[in-house]
Order: sequence, then C-alpha cells, then structure tokens
Amino acid sequence: MATVVTTGLVDCDIHNHPASNARLRPYLAERWRRHLERFGARSRHGLAEGYPYPKSAPQAARVDAWPTDGGPPGSSLAFMREQLLDPLGTSFGILNCLHAGASQIDADLGAALCSAVNDWQVAEWLEREPRLRASIVIPFDSGDASAAEIDRVAGHPGFVQALMLVRTLEPIGRLRYWPIYEACERHRLPLGVHFGGYAGHPVSSSGWPSSYLEDHTSMAMAFQAQLVSLVFEGVFERFPGLQVVCIEGGVAWLPPLVWRMDRLFQEMGDEVPELRRPPSEYVREHVWLTTQPVEEPDRPEQLVQVFDRIGPDRLLFATDYPHWDYDDPARAFPAPLPDRLRDRVYRANAVALYGLPEP
Amino acid sequence: MIDCDVRATAPPVSALHEHLDAYWRDTVAERGIRSIQPSYELPGAGMREPGLPPEADLAVVNPISAIEALHSEDLAAALARGLNGWLRTRWLDADPRLRGSITVAPQSTELAVAEIDRLAGDGRFVQVLMPLRGQHPLGRRLYWPIYEACVRHGLALAVRAGGNIGSAITPVGWPSHFIEDLSTQSQAFQSQVMSMVLEGVFQRLPGLKVVLIGSGVTWLPSLCWRLDKNWKGIRREVPWVERPPSEIIRSCVRLTVRPFDAPPDAFAEVLAQLGSDSMLLYSGGGGPVPDVDYDANARQTYSRLRD
Repeated sequence: MATVVTTGLVDCDIHNHPASNARLRPYLAERWRRHLERFGARSRHGLAEGYPYPKSAPQAARVDAWPTDGGPPGSSLAFMREQLLDPLGTSFGILNCLHAGASQIDADLGAALCSAVNDWQVAEWLEREPRLRASIVIPFDSGDASAAEIDRVAGHPGFVQALMLVRTLEPIGRLRYWPIYEACERHRLPLGVHFGGYAGHPVSSSGWPSSYLEDHTSMAMAFQAQLVSLVFEGVFERFPGLQVVCIEGGVAWLPPLVWRMDRLFQEMGDEVPELRRPPSEYVREHVWLTTQPVEEPDRPEQLVQVFDRIGPDRLLFATDYPHWDYDDPARAFPAPLPDRLRDRVYRANAVALYGLPEP
Repeated sequence: MIDCDVRATAPPVSALHEHLDAYWRDTVAERGIRSIQPSYELPGAGMREPGLPPEADLAVVNPISAIEALHSEDLAAALARGLNGWLRTRWLDADPRLRGSITVAPQSTELAVAEIDRLAGDGRFVQVLMPLRGQHPLGRRLYWPIYEACVRHGLALAVRAGGNIGSAITPVGWPSHFIEDLSTQSQAFQSQVMSMVLEGVFQRLPGLKVVLIGSGVTWLPSLCWRLDKNWKGIRREVPWVERPPSEIIRSCVRLTVRPFDAPPDAFAEVLAQLGSDSMLLYSGGGGPVPDVDYDANARQTYSRLRD
C-alpha cells in the first residue's frame, strides 16, 4: 500500500470494541453485573439489539474487518495491528470506543459501563500497544459523573481526550455539560465529539427521516447545531483552554456555518452580550475536525478551498477503521493534498493537539 | 426585476374574520384566538402594508404565520383559509404587481390539498407555502398529494425559514437563544432537501420546483458533496434515486438569495461551488448580491410568470 506521509501517520479515529459484554465483567461491580444479567443495557430506542436505522453492513463494518478469532470488528488488537497499524505505518492511533455505555437511559449504569470500558482500554489496549492512545469515554449527559470519570483516569498517559457523542439530550453549550469542560481544562485534554448516539430527539429538526443514508448524512447537521450552542452559550469565553474535536462529522459545512453565525452575530449579537468576539474567532481558536467522511466535490480544488477556509492547522486525518466508510490515507481525498497541507493533515496537527512525541 | 420574497406580517386573527365561516368566526371569538404571529420571527419583522421594494417590477408575497404550531388540523386549516383570503383582498387586490403564496396547514395533507384546489384558479397565486420545520421530513409520502397538487396546477412549492411545532427545534434539543434558533435553521434546510431528494419526490414529480426562502444559501454545496458521496456508497438503500443527488438538486431546487451567508469576498467561490447560476432567485434587502440573471431564473421557476 502506498504511504502518503514519510514521518508517520497519526490516525485520529479508530474504533475498538469489547468482544462481548462479558469482557467488561471484570471491570464492573457485582451490583452492575447482576443488573446487566437481569435487565440488560438500554439506549433511547426500541430495539433490544440492532439499530432503528439498520446500517449498510453488519456493525457498520468493512466486510474484511471481522477478526479471525470470531469476535466483532475492532475487538482484536492482533488483527488491528495486522490490518491497520502495520500496513499504514501508523505512528499513533487514537481509539474512540463507541460502546453503548455512554448513552444508557439509566445514568448510573451508564457511568459504571464507561468506567469499565476505560479500565478495559488501559488493561487490554494501552498497556499492550505503544502506538495507541485512547479517549476517555464518559456518560456525557451527566456532567458531574463525566467530570468524576475524567478525574479518575486522566492520570494515565495513554488517555489523550475525553469523548462524547454528538447526539445529546440538550445542546452541549448548556450548563449541564460545563463540568466536562472544567475537567478537560483541568487535565489539558481536548474534548472529542463523535458521530452517533441516541438522545431521544429525531435526527432532523422535522422528525425522523426514513433511511440510514439520511441518518448518516444528518449527523453533520447535529455537529453544526452543537457548535452553534457552544459558541452562543459562551462556552469558549468561559473555558479559554478548551479544545473541541469534531470527529466523523465531515468538514465542508464549517465555513458556511461560521459565515451564518457571524452574520447573525452582527445583526443580533446583543442577545448574547457575554460574547466579546465574532463566532468565527472562537471557532478558529477552539475547533478541530477529523477528515473522515470527507466531502467530495467534483472539482478537487474546491476541497482545498474549504480546507484553507477552515484553517490548514485544524484538520486531522482519520480512517474510521473498522467501519464501512473507512478512509484509506492514500485515497481519502478526491485528489492528493498539496504539499503545504499534507504533513499537517496526516500528522503534525494531531501531534500538536494531543501532545504526541515527535517520531 | 422580480422579488421572490416579500414578507407580509401575519395580521391579527380579527383581520381574518370576513374570510372565516360562521363556526370559525364564533370559535376564534369564544376561545380568544387572537394571534398567529410566530415566536421565531424577530418582533417587527415583515411588512404590514402592501407594497414592493423600489427596484422590483413584480413581487411574490409570503405571509409568515405560525399556523403550523396549532395541534388541531381543522383550526389550522380554517386559519390558513382565512389568511389566504386576507392575502387576496388586502395585498393582491391592492397592487397588480403582486403575486401570492398559498399558505397551507401541513397538519392535514387532505385539507392542504383542498385549499390548493380551492385557490389555484386565481392565477395570481404562484406557489404553495410550507414551513421549514414541521412534524415530519418533507420527503415522506404523506405529503406527496400536496406536491401532486402543486404540479397539477403549475405552482411551485416554497419552503420558508421558521416553523415550530413544539418539539425540539434542533436534532440535539432546545437551544437557549433566538440567535441559535436562526443559526440552526440552515441545518433544517439541509435535512429537508435531503429528505425530498432521497425519498424520491423528484423522481415521481420531475416537474416540481422547490423554492427555499430565506435559507442562507451557502450551506448547499457541502450538502451536495456529502450526499453524492453517501449516495455512491450506499445507494442500494434508495434504488429509486437514479442520479447523483446534486444533479437532482440543481434541476429542482431554487433559493432566494437573501440572506446570503457569506462575506462579499466569498460570493464567487460559493457560486462556483453551487455549479449552476440558474438556482438563485432575487430577494431584496440590501447588501451586495451575486451577479446572475434573476428574472430568467424566476420565470423558469414559476410557470405562472412565464407569459
């Protein structure tokens, strides 16, 4: 496989997953083991197993990403090394575990599952593979419990950000989420916001669309709504050290969204007098984006225009392994990135954001 | 010059009385139903008296009301009838250069179609007006009879900014501020365009023109790029969508140009990204606008303006 960077790729979105809930048992208190056996785990939708928008492939995975040991995609470190880290020459990869712990209806169960996932990540991933870093999963709709979890595990050097999902109970500028931002600032951790989640609100502002294709595309709209909330609730004014990474939301929507916020701020900024600067300035200083799934204009130079509008120092390459819409670094963009962007997007921006060692 | 978005402020319900039948006249009086003013428009928005901007030779009038907010299908449909009657007598009769939009209550497809059929004979109506945010995505089949009525009568379908049915106005719940309400409407436009394209509305009704009113415009290129990509990857789920979504959008969707969410130095860039100069319709309101043939676009969009 052709490599596109010479000094070591940083992959900012890799998904590891417990082979089964049984793998989390050693990290759960007896009370929660019994709870799971008797009542199961429940998110805010009606299916005990599977998805209201069935994915385009089982587990939304590449057909070749099922490990030979029979576990689900992302469950085997050995297979991940063989299929992803070794052939791509990955110098560092960021694990974003999407286990359902974070979006449990029962907030206490959610917190217990998040702790178990984090301990499992330390024992079975971070301690075993020096190229991997991980996100701290948190029960994000509970601000205080999330902050406590960040405080509990942030001392492990393998954790490089806190992770929430983009679909939340309330817009994330709201006060209930502020303990998360305090904890992130306290530990100098970026906050990752990742595609997905079951918040109980339709994924469009006009009800539920029909298809997985719409659900998948709609996530980009959820990211936009969250940035609007972060900016206008004054989160970046209150937490000047907070860095927010939009993971798997696409990128090209950002410049027009910022234009719109700036226009409205000019017209009615007196509604939010705690903002001292136009929205574009907060976004430029606090927001990062992973590239996958990158938009694909027919004319590739238009994507470069978009990257330049966003800021070439704010884009982070990601594969989204092992999912079906995986981006291969050599083929992710409609045309190879110009020299001035290449090293930044594939490596240097992530090294700067996550404080990774230079190879 | 044809201005395709003159906003008429919704009048007090008392101004609709003469267009309501006896039962509804009594009802609005008995129950104290006085206003259909939206909560999502800034106080004082829109024009109170009939008129056109000075540069316009012809204008399409869009009354902005919150009829979608009512939970009774019958009450909503009655007030829509009243509003349409008021628009005819108070605005369209006042100036022959004015054209109108038929307000329909999306709560009932059946009653919406009846209202379109009732008014379509008045050639001054050029489109049917729906709110951006509603109960269901606009591509869902339950709305298709409305679109069939549009095509049957040579009317465009307008989707205008705003709308609020009492459930969360963003995919992540209720934001705090007015400025967030307005900021997030561009995502709602993205969702609605996507829904209409992917559900196959334009496959079924290739003649339907959808006019997005007050959308901000510049969100469209990135949506097209993402939709084309996802369509390429997983179009098996929507086999009736036989062309890239961006092609369908360019041929069936039109947008009024104001507000235009970009600084002046980005106009040319965004126009090139749109990949078409026939999608934009003129709407007044100050500031620079891209240089396109607005009149040709309007006459191509509104079959009733062609002669």
